[in-house]
Amino acid sequence: MRVLKRFLARAANFAARRRNDERLREEMEAHIAMQTEENLRAGMTPVEARRQAVLKFGAAGAVSEGYQAEQGLPLLEELLGDSRFALRMLRRSPGFAAIAILTIALGIGATTAIFSVVDATLLHSLPYPQPRELVKLVDDLPGISALDVGLSVPEWRDLQGSGIFQYVSLIGGGSVNLTGSSQPQRIQFLNVTPNYFALIGVKPELGHGFNPQDQTPGFTLEALISDGLWKRAFGADPHILGKNLRLDNDLYHVIGVMPAGFHDPGWTTAQRNTEIWLASGFAAAPAPPPVRSPRVPLEAIARLQPGLSIAAAQSRLDALVSSLQKQYPDDYPAKARWTVRLVPLKESVVGNVREPLALLLAAVGLVLLIGCANVANLLLARAGARAREIAIRQAMGAARGRLIRQLLSESMILSFLGAAAGLAILFGTRRLILRMIPESVPRLNDISMNWSVLLFALAITIASGIIFGLAPAWQARQVNLVQVLRREGRGLLGSAEKSRARRIFVVTEFALSLVLTIAAVLLLRSFWDLYNVRLGFNSRHVMSVQAWLPIPNDPQTDPYRTASQEAVLLHEVLRRVRTLPGVKDVAVGDMAALPLGHGRNDLNRFPLIREGVEAPLNQVPVVDAVMVTPEYFQLLDISVLRGRIFDNRDIETTQSVAMINEAMARAYWPNEDAVGRRINLNLAKPKWTTVIGIVADAHTESLADTSVPQIYLCAYQRRPKDLAIFLRGELDAAVIPEQVREQVQSVDSQLPVFGARTLDDVLADSLSGRRFSMEILAGFALTALLLAGLGIYGVISFVVGQRTHEIGIRLALGAQRASILKIVLREGMRLALVGAAVGLAAALIASHWMAGQLYGVRPTDPLTFLAVAALLIVVALLACFIPACRAMRLNPLTALRHD
Amino acid sequence: LETQRAYKVKQKADVKQGTLALMVLRTLDLLGPLHGYGVARRIEQISGDLLRLNQGTLYPVLLKLEHEGAIASEWGSSENNRRARFYTLTREGRKVLQAERREWDQTAAIMGRFFDVKAEDLI
Repeated sequence: MRVLKRFLARAANFAARRRNDERLREEMEAHIAMQTEENLRAGMTPVEARRQAVLKFGAAGAVSEGYQAEQGLPLLEELLGDSRFALRMLRRSPGFAAIAILTIALGIGATTAIFSVVDATLLHSLPYPQPRELVKLVDDLPGISALDVGLSVPEWRDLQGSGIFQYVSLIGGGSVNLTGSSQPQRIQFLNVTPNYFALIGVKPELGHGFNPQDQTPGFTLEALISDGLWKRAFGADPHILGKNLRLDNDLYHVIGVMPAGFHDPGWTTAQRNTEIWLASGFAAAPAPPPVRSPRVPLEAIARLQPGLSIAAAQSRLDALVSSLQKQYPDDYPAKARWTVRLVPLKESVVGNVREPLALLLAAVGLVLLIGCANVANLLLARAGARAREIAIRQAMGAARGRLIRQLLSESMILSFLGAAAGLAILFGTRRLILRMIPESVPRLNDISMNWSVLLFALAITIASGIIFGLAPAWQARQVNLVQVLRREGRGLLGSAEKSRARRIFVVTEFALSLVLTIAAVLLLRSFWDLYNVRLGFNSRHVMSVQAWLPIPNDPQTDPYRTASQEAVLLHEVLRRVRTLPGVKDVAVGDMAALPLGHGRNDLNRFPLIREGVEAPLNQVPVVDAVMVTPEYFQLLDISVLRGRIFDNRDIETTQSVAMINEAMARAYWPNEDAVGRRINLNLAKPKWTTVIGIVADAHTESLADTSVPQIYLCAYQRRPKDLAIFLRGELDAAVIPEQVREQVQSVDSQLPVFGARTLDDVLADSLSGRRFSMEILAGFALTALLLAGLGIYGVISFVVGQRTHEIGIRLALGAQRASILKIVLREGMRLALVGAAVGLAAALIASHWMAGQLYGVRPTDPLTFLAVAALLIVVALLACFIPACRAMRLNPLTALRHD
Repeated sequence: LETQRAYKVKQKADVKQGTLALMVLRTLDLLGPLHGYGVARRIEQISGDLLRLNQGTLYPVLLKLEHEGAIASEWGSSENNRRARFYTLTREGRKVLQAERREWDQTAAIMGRFFDVKAEDLI
């Protein structure tokens, strides 16, 4: 308490720059006067009386110094003085200051950026009450190597009644057509058990949530909507509650609106952007009958009983699972080894990014450390030049601790300036950086420059200031004054051992940056090759627009129940869209037909039974199928090699037909003609489909993989629901989406039309993951290269400073300036070459690890290796050239006097 | 080196500072408001001139105590009608003094036992 009071009084004085020296002076005068009077009374002469009084008082200077120190905060005052001095010193060498500040800005900016992502995804708990109680239930069948197969409804009931959990919820979902609001839309929805929001612990902002006790076996027909959807589609209608909502032609009514900023926990980006929640018991139509197995893949989350640890819950759960296995041996064959795992919900959401993020943070921390070491090197090189100044200060009576404080505050100033620059750059480019992060990173919306991020930045700023400030301060500690002053500045040179450490450091830096640069260049070349791969289809001037058909719970309300009904729609859409300005070709397919633009969920995977080929049921191959209208092949320039294309006579009532690609023909009918063969794509009911044509392979599934077997089915015979409309021509991307919407909705006003993109954009997006890792690596490589250059510059400058005297003698004895240049450059080249050799060896090993990431270029591509090594040596040459030129231009007279 | 000697002298003064502050408090407690010179004289008098005090070092200590709230000060006039600053013990200061005194008594008692103890007492 007293200490605090004293500190506050002093801090107040300090802040107000209040100095009450007058008071002390007056008191001192009074004191000495009183003592003098007393001495006079004791019989001294006036002169002696005053002299004795002053003597008794003691050294007035020391007293007033002590008094002043007590008045303010001397440490802080010193710090301010030091900082002012440091700023002056930095202004005097702007080149050095700029390089040092830039290096630190780079390190601290990058580290803070990565940390802000780590902070948002890994460090913050999920934004729901008691987040530690939330778990994901993962059903595994390790015996048949099937993981996370989903919970079945009877299992859910068992777990609900087990007493281990407060709530267990089943979760399904997807996307659905929303009609009845302003404009038909495609919306992400989740289908959950009614206890879902009780489990999460979030209440709607408006209205009420589902009744957790609701036992309705099918859909309850109640809907909760997100704040975003409420505002977007319903104009934030305050009377929304009770209103009807038509989803895939089924009627639901709105019972609540979720709060703004509420995001579903979700495992995918789509799930996190859920806008409608529907409640269902998953036990009646449209869900299949609730049996233990085969199971419908439903995710499940749960809230543990309060105070129950995950480990304790897991052991109770294991007991339950083994008793269930005994009870239902038919459903849980021993071979499958059924288990249910509890995974913390947060872990299940962010678990897959933990490792890459931690790795990234470590890598960027390494960059920061290298940066610090570099600045330390530069400071050391400069310390040589300042040795005399420091020695003089010491000779004038500066305490060593005080000097070290001075040097440290200089490095602190550098560090803070660097951090400020780094954060400013970060802040200016945050939109750009956020765009670079792949969308699949969870909780992207939560990334922000909050207090913990700033605190982290402050911590690493201080830490790095100390790290690179310690080196010169440490050297200043052991200065031999007399020697330095006599030899004028050579006393601060490091010992041979220290300069060896610096050399090893530079060599390591070079090796490291070589490895990184080679990795980046290899990725870049793969990327380039992929980008320029012969696609096998023509993506130019092609756009795709999506229009998904509803799948109502009640089939009777489905206007496109049969393929014939849907064919009418398809024909009409094709006819109308073809009339749009600029459009030359139109085709319709399902989402799987969108080249490189579909997710795994969009694929149609069918078991393939070939007529005349017997295979055991569990060894039937599975193939990807695409549903398209006949125009598709011409539109995308996929050439027909044999047989014929579908035509409008292939309809529901005629023979079912298919086309296949070359890869498929090669894989399943080697050395035979596949045309005319019959296949069956349904294990349950035999319905033969005839292969009528073979088309050339196209990179529609993967850019890297050339030959994925593909079956093309006729859209008129198959009822695809996730429609993609393809258009080719001189299209105006700004108006086409609207025009297509008008045409489609003039056929069926209830269809949402969305997701218009050019095929070129789709292709570019399919490379975004690769691009991200390439850009990150390239960023690191550039940084490392820059730092390596700076490092070698620091060392060579240092060496030149060290050898100034020697160079002066050489020059005085008639050495050619060119030969001086050569001496210095040779020194630098030796370091660079050793570094390059070590780096090449390391890169040869490291590049094999990334063979899987490469395309079209071998991991040991000699051209890449040599070119990068050459680049590094050029950088080293440039970095050495500056100090070398300085050495060359030395005036022998000055150089000799330098010593 | 000159700088180092100065450093040592200063350190010695620092050590004394703790007890000096206590003496100041006790003097003010005993005699009521005093000016700086008065405090210095009384300390010398009470200590029986055994303490060689650099009177000036008193002033930083007075300021420190004032910052801590243990004493308060205001301008007044001395017995010779000289303008001087008078220091008074505050209630807070009295509490501090009592606490410190207890501690000193305790320490002294403990140390006394150590010095008085004889080997045979411990058997």
